Amino acid sequence: MNPINFVILAAILFSIGSAAVLLRRNAIVAFMGVELMLNAANLALVAFSRIHGQLDGQVMAFFVMVVAAAEVVVGLAIIIALFRARQTISLDEPAELKG
Amino acid sequence: MNFVTPEIAWAPLAPIIIVLGAAAIGVLIEAFVRRPATRRTIQLGFGLVVLIAALGTTIAQWAALEGGGTTVMQFMLTVDRQALAWQTVILVFGILGIILFAARTRAGEPAFTALGSASPGSLEETLARRRGLEVTEVFPLLLFAVGGMMLFTCVTDFVFLFVALEVFSLALYILVALARRRRLMSHEAALKYFLLGAFSSAIYIFGVALIYGATTQTSFAPVGRAIDVISDRDPLLLTGVVLVLVGLLFKLGAVPFHSWTPDAYQGAPTPVTAFMGAATKAAATAALVRILYTSLYPLEWEISWMIWAVACLSMVLGTVLALVQTNVKRMLAYSSVAHAGFILVAFAGLTNEAVAALPFYLLAYGLATIGAFAVVSQVRERTEDGSVGAEAVRLGQWAGLGKRSPLLAGAMALFLLSFAGIPLTAGFIGKFEVFSAAIAGGGWPLVLVAVIASAVAAFFYVRLVVLMFLTDVPEGIEDAVEVEDSPLATLVVVVTAAGVIVLGVLPAGVLSVFESAAQFLVLSNG
Repeated sequence: MNPINFVILAAILFSIGSAAVLLRRNAIVAFMGVELMLNAANLALVAFSRIHGQLDGQVMAFFVMVVAAAEVVVGLAIIIALFRARQTISLDEPAELKG
Repeated sequence: MNFVTPEIAWAPLAPIIIVLGAAAIGVLIEAFVRRPATRRTIQLGFGLVVLIAALGTTIAQWAALEGGGTTVMQFMLTVDRQALAWQTVILVFGILGIILFAARTRAGEPAFTALGSASPGSLEETLARRRGLEVTEVFPLLLFAVGGMMLFTCVTDFVFLFVALEVFSLALYILVALARRRRLMSHEAALKYFLLGAFSSAIYIFGVALIYGATTQTSFAPVGRAIDVISDRDPLLLTGVVLVLVGLLFKLGAVPFHSWTPDAYQGAPTPVTAFMGAATKAAATAALVRILYTSLYPLEWEISWMIWAVACLSMVLGTVLALVQTNVKRMLAYSSVAHAGFILVAFAGLTNEAVAALPFYLLAYGLATIGAFAVVSQVRERTEDGSVGAEAVRLGQWAGLGKRSPLLAGAMALFLLSFAGIPLTAGFIGKFEVFSAAIAGGGWPLVLVAVIASAVAAFFYVRLVVLMFLTDVPEGIEDAVEVEDSPLATLVVVVTAAGVIVLGVLPAGVLSVFESAAQFLVLSNG
């Protein structure tokens, strides 16, 4: 199977992820969209690594994974704090900040 | 395949190691010192000492530096004069920021919440307040942010840049959520900042993946050389470059990637806004300079349209939206969007003058920003029971501030005039340098837009000055606003005001330092 197909799949996943961030109103789902985008980047890195016949891209994918994990910790903490204060995580609901 | 162990020259990294190591020790202090009040004193003193030591080390390295600089790790990290200049600027902001973090009201109320995990208005929060708890983790978090930003200025690899970006961003997301007053707003600001920040870094890393696919490289200089070789403009490469720039422009807060700026600035605790507004912009500009000058310069013609469009949009929209704001913090936030546009003007033509002008511009802008938000943190509302409450951020509440507190109002007027670019302030010299660099690079249409935007922006800056000095306090609500006089915040205001005047009147020394910093160490071999 031609590895360029994996790059195309990565591009599709990236688009789905960014659509989720921009269109969904639930903070958790929007956040899942971000994670999907990061994983799409990982898939692209690994696929390109295979195409170029190097290991560099695979090493970089590890860095992205670690960063993504750290991001989950901080992100979920903020979302939980918001949920405990408001009993909702809708991105439309909290509207203290406007203008 | 076999891996080659990288050779790392540790010595030039000393300032960054000091700051990040101290941040880790700061987390341990949290665990081992039990009394909140002692903890705060220790954290503040420790943080200050560490930042000043790092600043001293950076300056010592500048003095000892021979030639172009040191390659710390091939293709990954270089410490050159450019990086040291930016690190000095960021450390100055860090020192001012940590002092402001520790400022308290007369009643002893800190700017940060008693317990970050307790929901607003809950029993836990009341108990935590009564026991005198305080989130002193903010000091190590600031150190992490400063360390990440310092790394951000000397990294020469796209993937490593991503890691440095997250190191300082994650610390800032948490800091934004920890306001003492208006906590719901603070949570909301943190959520928006986090989601948009994570979104932008995901866009950035996907761009890096595409650049890697097109060039087989991820380090700045090799990518630049590979771009030279790729003759037909590869769509994969161009998409990657645009995505990378989008990610960085998000951090800079330029239109159309600015939507987090007003919310994060308004909702964050004011000391955090001050630090973040000054330091994030400096770090993002430093990275943008290095990427554009050492890596993407062969694509100058292709990416200049994007820089020009974003610069124009930021200046125009930032100015127009700042005009209609009634909230001081939000007005300053939109003014920062306009300033992101002014920063981008310098990149027209990628001249060497711009590399010297930008650190000065950011230093001038950052000092005024930290000073202005320090003043904002001192003007407080009075609650119904007579105690001092949240910050008075409505423009109307600032009427007659000149009579209540001539020092704070005078300093604020100075900062606003510096933002506007009035002569004899640092802002004027900064704008002059940036605009002349842009004209040298053939960007006169951009400079024209910038000058018009500055003129319009002067209107809303001067409006606040008029409100403070020439408007009387409305009848019957004289007691509604209380001006605090925290010694630490006053210190920051005085220092930044002095800096703005000195840089405005005698800029020659600092300018010549930044001019000698206008060179990059780029490896030619490999």
